[in-house]
Amino acid sequence: MKQENNKAYKFGMVIDLDKCTGCGSCMVSCMSENNVPFKEDESKKKDSITWMRVYKLTNGKSFPDTEVVYMPRPCQHCGGKGDHGHSPCVSVCPAVATDYGYDTGIVSQIYTRCFGCRYCMGACPYHARYFNWWDPKWPEGMENYLSPNVSPRMRGVVEKCSFCYHRYQAARDQAYAQGNKDEIDEENYQTACTTACPSGAIVFGDLNNPAHAVHEIVKPDPHPDPRNKHVVGKSRNPKVFRLLERLGTNPKVYYLSEREWVRKAGDNYLDGEWDKIKNHHGATLSND
Amino acid sequence: MDAALIPEGAKRCSFPKFTIGIAIVGAILLWGVFAMGLIWWKGLNQTNMNDYYGFAIWIWADLAVIAVGGGAFFTGLLRYIFKIDELKNIINFAVIIGFICYSSALLILAIDIGQPLRGWFIFWHANVHSMLTEVAFCLSAYFAVLTIEFIPNILENRQAQKVPFFHHLAHNMHGVMAVFAATGAFLSFFHQGSLGGVAGVMYGRPFAVREGLLIWPWTFFLFTWSAAAFGPCFTLLVTRITEAVTRKKLVKDNVVHLLAKISGWMIVTYIVAKIIDTIYWAMVTAPSLGFTLSHFYTNNSFYGYWILITEIVLCGVIPGAILIMKSTRENSKLRLIAIILGVIGVCLNRWVMVLQIMAVPVMSFDTWALYFPSWQEIATTILPIAYGIILIALAYRYLPVFPQEQELNPVEPATEVE
Repeated sequence: MKQENNKAYKFGMVIDLDKCTGCGSCMVSCMSENNVPFKEDESKKKDSITWMRVYKLTNGKSFPDTEVVYMPRPCQHCGGKGDHGHSPCVSVCPAVATDYGYDTGIVSQIYTRCFGCRYCMGACPYHARYFNWWDPKWPEGMENYLSPNVSPRMRGVVEKCSFCYHRYQAARDQAYAQGNKDEIDEENYQTACTTACPSGAIVFGDLNNPAHAVHEIVKPDPHPDPRNKHVVGKSRNPKVFRLLERLGTNPKVYYLSEREWVRKAGDNYLDGEWDKIKNHHGATLSND
Repeated sequence: MDAALIPEGAKRCSFPKFTIGIAIVGAILLWGVFAMGLIWWKGLNQTNMNDYYGFAIWIWADLAVIAVGGGAFFTGLLRYIFKIDELKNIINFAVIIGFICYSSALLILAIDIGQPLRGWFIFWHANVHSMLTEVAFCLSAYFAVLTIEFIPNILENRQAQKVPFFHHLAHNMHGVMAVFAATGAFLSFFHQGSLGGVAGVMYGRPFAVREGLLIWPWTFFLFTWSAAAFGPCFTLLVTRITEAVTRKKLVKDNVVHLLAKISGWMIVTYIVAKIIDTIYWAMVTAPSLGFTLSHFYTNNSFYGYWILITEIVLCGVIPGAILIMKSTRENSKLRLIAIILGVIGVCLNRWVMVLQIMAVPVMSFDTWALYFPSWQEIATTILPIAYGIILIALAYRYLPVFPQEQELNPVEPATEVE
């Protein structure tokens, strides 16, 4: 039976950095859910595969003013300049092994298509893409615990966070079976990291759907930013920001923090620039 | 022993001496082949690349050999399309160098990809938006053109010439070579350019990204221009090395001076464009993304302003100036210095546009990433050099590569070919 789904979702995430404790549950759940391989010796982090990686940031001040924040970083599922789907990685892949889903906003990776040129890794400023330097090796018996819904990857290909795409497929099937082909319930499609986060720091859903919590928090501006025409979907919530937003990559992962230094750390600014633009929050609610 | 294969009237070293030389270089080649085998068998974990350095020394070597191999297409363009007749005396050698460079580039790409057996996907599942797709198509097509350009020279071997078919084929191929030279120049424009585009379109990397014309970033044009400018320097350098090794003058000075002069003017125009590009990028592009120039050249133990100055001034402005002035150009020592600096300069540019891009942190909380290649990467990078030396040695020994060789080095009738 052919499934038709005409609704255009735009799945995204907002991570409350003030709630994140850096416990790493999101990383563990992601690896477990997606059959992410690991090495015998994980001390060399630059060739470890962590679809979700938690960065530790500090405000650079000495004790007692030191503040620390933990920043989980999945694939940002960039919409690319102008949000047209030409993500930094998708546009460069020579073999269409990574693609932008206009129906979901998810950047996919086709493992059997990838031939391992790694151009996408070079193009991604977030280091969200990982290469399989080795064939995956599971400790004896662990093969039995692999998820049957996610194909393990072979040596020589790139992989990355898929926003647990298999969960989307399952939710879509379920919605269709229930005769509700145009609407996936918010609770039916949640990523593994979202469900695993003990402090509820990660909120996931459809950025296009005003009924979804992620939309409510982010309040994405559908208009291009008047300061930078490449930026679309800027948050109108003054506490919300995206990583490297000025590059025009248009990520669908947003971050939330009450702390100004954390929001400032999300991007690069020339001297004095931050103070001029920190209160600029999109086209329609611009208050600068 | 192999006297029957050596061009008539040409003097060559003895066969045992030649064999010993080939064996020494061949040992290095085998070391590279062994490393290549390891990489194909065990995978890219044999390298020191990592997820920060997805592009590393091989991609630099790839871009560098393609840049210096640019002498083939540019000299061909000058010889066959612009009808600069003197260059017929160096075009064979330029083609051989180009053939070596491009076959090496394709080999490096075959080693570099994680799934070599899927290499054909780049043609079959081509993404027309990707600069790398354009590189693959134009590079392969141009390699085919270079092969066609090389064939007549191979067929001019003394024994091959005795076969009437080969004799006529070589003659007729020479007759239509202008078509291939034009095709080669067209293809080279696009693959040299798209290699520059590989970096320039990476808008997630402020160190690399450039504005441009339509879909082509400025690096597209700069790469083509620099390959045309510095490629002839490499042709002249390898010619000079060959002359030193064979202890013979192989190309007349007027030919060398002419190519050096053209190269000099190309370098000067290129370096002006490069300086404008660098200033615009430093003053407009990078600041618009929140970066100052100092971000790219400080706070790490290797990449400093020295690399920018070396590339543009020491290895750009200076060789350009030496080669455009008659007095310095015709001074053999200064000319040699200029062409060496030029070759270093274009290789350094490719280094910067591959490895420094990977090294520079983009996220405000990220750090510089430096890398040193594994021995397998070094061996496989040296492999094309050894292969190139062997191919040049074979071509020089058995083919009439340099039309002026006999005139410049007359052999006494009584002297038998060694």
